[in-house]
Amino acid sequence: MKRTLAILELVRFVITVGIALLIGYLFLLFSTDEPTEAFKLFLTGPLTTQRRFVEFLNNSVPLMMTGIALSLVFQAKIFNIGAEGQLFFSAFGAMIFALYFPQTPWLHILVVLFGAALFGALWAFVPAFLKTKWKASELVSSLMMNYISYFFVLFLVNNFFRDKTAGALVSYRFPQSAWLSTLTRFRLNSGIFISIALAIAIGLIVYRTKWGYQIRATGANKKFSLYSGIKTSMVGFWVQLLSGAVAGLAGGIELAAMYRRFVWQSLPGYGFDGIIVAILARNNPFLVIPSALFIAYLRIGANIMGRTTGVAPEIVVVLQSLMILLITAEALLERFKQRAITKEAMKNE
Amino acid sequence: MSDFLNPQFWYSVIRVSTPLLFGVMAAILSSITGTINIGIEGMMLMSAFWGTIIASLAQNPWLGLLAGIASSTMMAVILAYFHLKLKTDLVIGGVALNLLSSGLTVFLLYLITGDKGSSASLKSAVIPRLDIPFLKDLPFVGRVLSGHNVLTYIAIISVFVVHYLVKKTPLGIRMRAVGENPGAAVSVGISVYRMKFLSLILSGIFAGFGGAFLSMGYVSWFARDMTSGRGFIAIAAQALGGSSALFGAFGAILFGIAEASGITLQSLRIPSEITNMLPFILTLIVLVIYARSRVRSHSRIQEQ
Repeated sequence: MKRTLAILELVRFVITVGIALLIGYLFLLFSTDEPTEAFKLFLTGPLTTQRRFVEFLNNSVPLMMTGIALSLVFQAKIFNIGAEGQLFFSAFGAMIFALYFPQTPWLHILVVLFGAALFGALWAFVPAFLKTKWKASELVSSLMMNYISYFFVLFLVNNFFRDKTAGALVSYRFPQSAWLSTLTRFRLNSGIFISIALAIAIGLIVYRTKWGYQIRATGANKKFSLYSGIKTSMVGFWVQLLSGAVAGLAGGIELAAMYRRFVWQSLPGYGFDGIIVAILARNNPFLVIPSALFIAYLRIGANIMGRTTGVAPEIVVVLQSLMILLITAEALLERFKQRAITKEAMKNE
Repeated sequence: MSDFLNPQFWYSVIRVSTPLLFGVMAAILSSITGTINIGIEGMMLMSAFWGTIIASLAQNPWLGLLAGIASSTMMAVILAYFHLKLKTDLVIGGVALNLLSSGLTVFLLYLITGDKGSSASLKSAVIPRLDIPFLKDLPFVGRVLSGHNVLTYIAIISVFVVHYLVKKTPLGIRMRAVGENPGAAVSVGISVYRMKFLSLILSGIFAGFGGAFLSMGYVSWFARDMTSGRGFIAIAAQALGGSSALFGAFGAILFGIAEASGITLQSLRIPSEITNMLPFILTLIVLVIYARSRVRSHSRIQEQ
């Protein structure tokens, strides 16, 4: 029974990706003279050179973390989609700790990453508190927090931490003790190990602990959970804080490993991409690992295609949103699912 | 302070409130049937894009307006179909549509103009302004209320139209019945499916007006992600007013005041990052005030 349903899930995934890619190809037909060449680059680009392959792995790191963050809140049916703002604010936090904490080896980078997680949780605290205390919609408040984070951080970085010798709008450079190391000459972000470990750890929390069970129960049926003694609003509160910390860590790792300064002048978009990563993984933190790799693959494939053929890589955002719509379309394949369930029930009689 | 007594200031309040007024109407029309349209932001963006592109290709702003509204309505149909027929979660579907608009408009913008930032290179066509006879000659009031974009006047009229539609017509009553108690609505023969579909489409139409205003009235070009949160602010303003279009319009104007003050404060050398935050902070505050009052009234009901 479980196997049949898993196969149906897989079929749904394949159909969804198939439809999305088909639509992507149609778009290319209208936008370039060599659609087949462009499409090939899009699909195989990340595998063509070592450098591109590392680029793809690096891209998956923040996506994995924001994917974990969002799958946590989605598990509890909380629509806090503030990961983008949390990530941006915590990148700022990481910068503060990187620039002002004493430069001690090992300890410094740990403080930077921990500080980033703390700032992320702090930013998530606002919608979580407003929701728990006054039942204010976390969807609207977390979105507002994204915009506030963006303007607030830019104000602080551009006015007080700007490196005027750098020639671009960036912060001062982090001291070496605040760097997260990169591996090989293509600069593989070592944060990938942290994010995979984190996915497994959070997965174990969600599926193997009492608190994890409470999160899932709250998401599955809030009233029932409340009546059976789970403090659903407190579960919701803490899950949002944890989610914020994870999204925050993503910001810290990205700066400490890849840029070593605060470099963003616009929102990097990882928080929004995390939504599709979580949905694709069906909010299962373990599945976030392949899901983030998949989305990063598409993203880098599109970038490579864009660099070579001049097609705007934003096309991939269109494909991603189509995938969200199709994957969450519960009624799609519903008939087959019903049939499988009925068949199974008949067999057991 | 004298800036706030200036008719110029209140003129700009009305100007910046226009897209929010349309947005709030879109939010009201969708939420009265219990289907919150998170995709208003994306629908506005889509309409802003197609509006200015078609307007400049045809050199006719009215065709642009029509194209803009058609595109946002199309988005609403997609959302309605996925939510009502294929059972996609409404919030996730809305978020997906917002992503879709953001990506698709940049992709097409680059394809058409070779620029990813804005459509400024195209020869634009804007919807004209209207001087209202007699009114324009009045002191102060004339300078505040006259000389606005045609769409601004349509926005003001539509507040009353929506109010009447929701509160007084049989259709509005049916829609509210579906939102408040779908079971009861079904029992008296109202089709929940059709009412919800209709309310999302109406919502898409109003979002389309709002988007078209942004690119063919507020400014004369399309810029990447130019809606910048107005769709979400509209949803918050609607939460303030519930199903009342008049209260919702009041909310929209409140946000308009915050935005216009931001523009005024910038001339006082306050950094733009700070003034840009104002409408969003106001939204948060309003959200809390609204939620608190609702929690209070709930507990009062429980006490009785």
